[in-house]
Amino acid sequence: MADSIFNEMYDDGRVRPPYARLEDWVRAMPAALRAMKQAEAEALFRRIGITFAVYGEGGDPDRLIPFDMFPRVFTQGEWLRLERGIKQRARALNAFLLDVYGRGEIIRAGRVPARLVYGNEAYEKAVVGFRPPRGVYSHIVGIDLVCTGPGEFFVLEDNCRTPSGVSYMLENREIMMRMFPALFREMRIEPVDGYPELLRQTLASVAPARCEDEPTVVILTPGHFNSAYYEHSFLADLMGVELVEGADLFVENGLCYMRTTEGPRRVDVIYRRIDDAFLDPLCFRPDSMLGVAGLMDVYRSGGVTIASAPGAGVADDKAIYTYVPEMIRFYLGEEPVLRNVPTWQCAKPDDCAHVLANLGDLVVKEVHGSGGYGMLVGPKSTRAQIAAFAERLRAEPGKYIAQPTLALSACPTFVAEGVAPRHVDLRPYCLVGEQTLLVPGGLTRVALSEGSLVVNSSQGGGVKDTWVLAE
Amino acid sequence: MLSRTAENLFWIGRYMERAETMARLLEVGARIALLPSVGHGYRSEWDSLLQASGTAAGFAAKYGDPVQRNIESYLFFDRDNPSSVASCLERARENGRIVRTALTSQVWDALNTAFQELRQLERQPRSELDLGRMTEWTTRHTAMMRGAIEATQLRQDGYDFLGIGYNLERADNTARLTDVKYYVLLPRADFVGSGLDTFQWTTLLRAMSAQRAFHWAYGGAFTAAKVMHFLILNPACPRALITSAKATTDHLDRLAQRYGQATTAQDRARAQLDALRATTVEAIIDEGLHEFLTRFILETGEIAQSVHDTYLSGEAR
Amino acid sequence: MILSVSHVTQYRYGSPVRSLVQSLRLTPSVFAGQRVIDWAISVEGASRGASFRDGAGDLVESWSLRGPAEAVVVRVEGRVETTDLNGVLQGHRETVPPEVYLRATRPTLADAAIVVLARQVADQGGEPLALAHRLSAAISEAIAYRPGVTHAHTTAAEALAQGEGVCQDHAHALIAAARVLDLPARYVSGYLFSDAEGDAHEAAHAWAEIRLPGLGWVGFDPANRCCPDARYIRLASGFDAQDAAPIRGIARGMVPGAGGESLDVTVAIQSVQQ
Repeated sequence: MADSIFNEMYDDGRVRPPYARLEDWVRAMPAALRAMKQAEAEALFRRIGITFAVYGEGGDPDRLIPFDMFPRVFTQGEWLRLERGIKQRARALNAFLLDVYGRGEIIRAGRVPARLVYGNEAYEKAVVGFRPPRGVYSHIVGIDLVCTGPGEFFVLEDNCRTPSGVSYMLENREIMMRMFPALFREMRIEPVDGYPELLRQTLASVAPARCEDEPTVVILTPGHFNSAYYEHSFLADLMGVELVEGADLFVENGLCYMRTTEGPRRVDVIYRRIDDAFLDPLCFRPDSMLGVAGLMDVYRSGGVTIASAPGAGVADDKAIYTYVPEMIRFYLGEEPVLRNVPTWQCAKPDDCAHVLANLGDLVVKEVHGSGGYGMLVGPKSTRAQIAAFAERLRAEPGKYIAQPTLALSACPTFVAEGVAPRHVDLRPYCLVGEQTLLVPGGLTRVALSEGSLVVNSSQGGGVKDTWVLAE
Repeated sequence: MLSRTAENLFWIGRYMERAETMARLLEVGARIALLPSVGHGYRSEWDSLLQASGTAAGFAAKYGDPVQRNIESYLFFDRDNPSSVASCLERARENGRIVRTALTSQVWDALNTAFQELRQLERQPRSELDLGRMTEWTTRHTAMMRGAIEATQLRQDGYDFLGIGYNLERADNTARLTDVKYYVLLPRADFVGSGLDTFQWTTLLRAMSAQRAFHWAYGGAFTAAKVMHFLILNPACPRALITSAKATTDHLDRLAQRYGQATTAQDRARAQLDALRATTVEAIIDEGLHEFLTRFILETGEIAQSVHDTYLSGEAR
Repeated sequence: MILSVSHVTQYRYGSPVRSLVQSLRLTPSVFAGQRVIDWAISVEGASRGASFRDGAGDLVESWSLRGPAEAVVVRVEGRVETTDLNGVLQGHRETVPPEVYLRATRPTLADAAIVVLARQVADQGGEPLALAHRLSAAISEAIAYRPGVTHAHTTAAEALAQGEGVCQDHAHALIAAARVLDLPARYVSGYLFSDAEGDAHEAAHAWAEIRLPGLGWVGFDPANRCCPDARYIRLASGFDAQDAAPIRGIARGMVPGAGGESLDVTVAIQSVQQ
């Protein structure tokens, strides 16, 4: 298996051009200096308090995610292609959402099965027929990608609700620039620090039509006990907007307000970092303490914008994922730039039979799961584990999808013995509002143990800075 | 500013100040306990200390008899005691984490460092920790925090809410510390003016790091009247009730001006300050020190309630 | 038939609440079977907020009230002209795809007994309409009308096992059974005019609608062994009782243990002489 793995730094024993300068950099760095730098980076992270788990992965909120100083590098050419593919996908996903909550053309055309969409738990009845400002449902689309060879990218999954981790993209860069300014002077790396302002502009651009002044944008957090609280607070700070909890907001006269020391202040756009189910106890879970009573009524009548829009989750469901290339063709009339990983829907009897017969070679995931839990990595599992999983699969086939194990690319990574290749993925954050925007970079997650394919921070994953070289 | 943010800032101020007071109370208690027992004994001295800190019931429920070592643990480390130094620091830091972006990095650093060190301190065997070190550690960190606020926080509404929290708490605490003296001091009227009396007043001043300041301000021997004047009515004393009342009034005036709206909190604080300015030590002694302090503590609570209703609850329109 | 409605709902709080927000779906649906002559909703002391027609065709109105308040009174007064369409929801504008109503919720989850009941009815064959009628009749048989034995959170499965319940339980059970047969089904809340013969049970009423090929949505009222006719006024629909509730509200600042919330509802439906 090792032979077939694409090493992003070395190709046939030769250093690939984007990494040329880094090879000298590593060679010139003695172990002692490296250790010092690593300690410095950790101290910086701890000091700024960036101790949180990637959303949905749980874990100790005061835990640090390991930061690997070896950056991952893309050439301008590689990135342009990725950018085209990511934006294309983000546009198609939004077109799909607007369509399935509207006329449902893609379903009438027989391109996506009605039941898969309308019967989906994430399909939100309460917003059917509603057209959000600019027709956008998912304002921040996080697309998880893996690379298997030069220029060969596959999309693992889409995140249309509230993809997290962008604060790592920003902090990783900040720390790398502080520690290795010389590299930045020499290598001409595209900046990512414009992201918070672009996010703010994107959110302001989807303010309700009724809002006439400069829109007031807020971030709605479940609170400081949430593992991603740091990110919420970090983004609010960089965007210059208030970070609110549900109890800080209330509705009156068809509008939403926040409670301030000077009395109520109108809120126009809510970037929510809480799930649909908790947004409004009058509309969704009545026991939710995190939401705002009456918020959905205000939203539906155009008094406030919620980003991402309630109901956006139906587009990033793992069962819907298979149809994204179809969406791109249907709505955009284009061929997909980025490929999907071939996926077997265990809900389909034929697919399920194939999966059961080939469990040892496949990765099986829960349709609604996240964080790398409840999944089976066939080639890394024992016979007993496979047998046990087969039982679960037979009991509830509709809960699972399966994919071939891809030969994920590896990037040089600092390990105890020096530098060694480790598997990586990539999550760029695409902004969709008045324009579709993508900062040149993203969050690279790395599986720190040798041979591991699981990059989730809760299971031994770390993060890296992601560089896109200017022309 | 979000009402909740203002509330968090207000409580950071209160908790930091309360942590400091708890440390100082412990110091007062330990020094008073060094005295030969005068008729009513060791036990009631610690009792009065617990009474004054409002922790007597909680302590009794957990430990029963007041033994110094238990009292030290209870007032310093115990999370079951919401007023312990550790509880206060932890809650101040938690409030700070929630409004992290409303604080400068220096202020956050001061707060976070105190919290991290506290965790280390807690891991040490208690036998290696003497009381003096613990109180000194506390006052050092609270001073660093205060310094960071003064040196780096923007003079905006957030600064005022921090300040109101600090000053209301300080006013309340100084009143309570002074009340300890009352409880302990007046077992019999004929002790007034005795060597014991003087020792206790000195101890109180020392606990407030105000012994030298007192000499500088008054010279000569300690008298109850002088110390009372110093701790209650002298605007030069940083912990005097009148100083805290003045600071609270100033912060409230600034907020009212900034927001363009006069408030009841402002009126109440102003009334309290005016009353302090108009009174004398003689008048206080006539009323009875304990009665005076009790009334002052009550008024301070009312001001805090007004601040809450006007700014922190988010209910004001 | 012209029906006049007077519906007063009073919430009393053990301790005054700081504020209250309500989302109301108390306006008669727009379809060929009913025409509003006049209709007024008021919430004493509250102000009207957001208002819109949702994808299911229901008119939603938000009200909010600034406390402190010890009671809130929601008053509905109006007249509606109704026509018997044999339960068919004709001319109703809605955009929610019927497949959405194949989803089970906690109260409408079919257990083994409901599956058996539905399958037995289906085994007799027949057109979907006939099937739906038989399904409704089977639910009427299986669950006897008896107030007070079930509560707001009783599930369809529990009601069937118990063999007794009220209109909410009938509707839940019918919905669960219809979904077993892959027929989209939903919960409807509304009013029922109880005539002199006294065969109707509750003035504030609930029934089910089943989506049938060729006919669209058709109402079935197993509690009264019939289809909605001119005596019925349709207000709102949803997956289940909670989802279709005409009044949803949340009070802020209730003191725990201070008596909570008590509810007093009076509904008077009268037939107006023409």
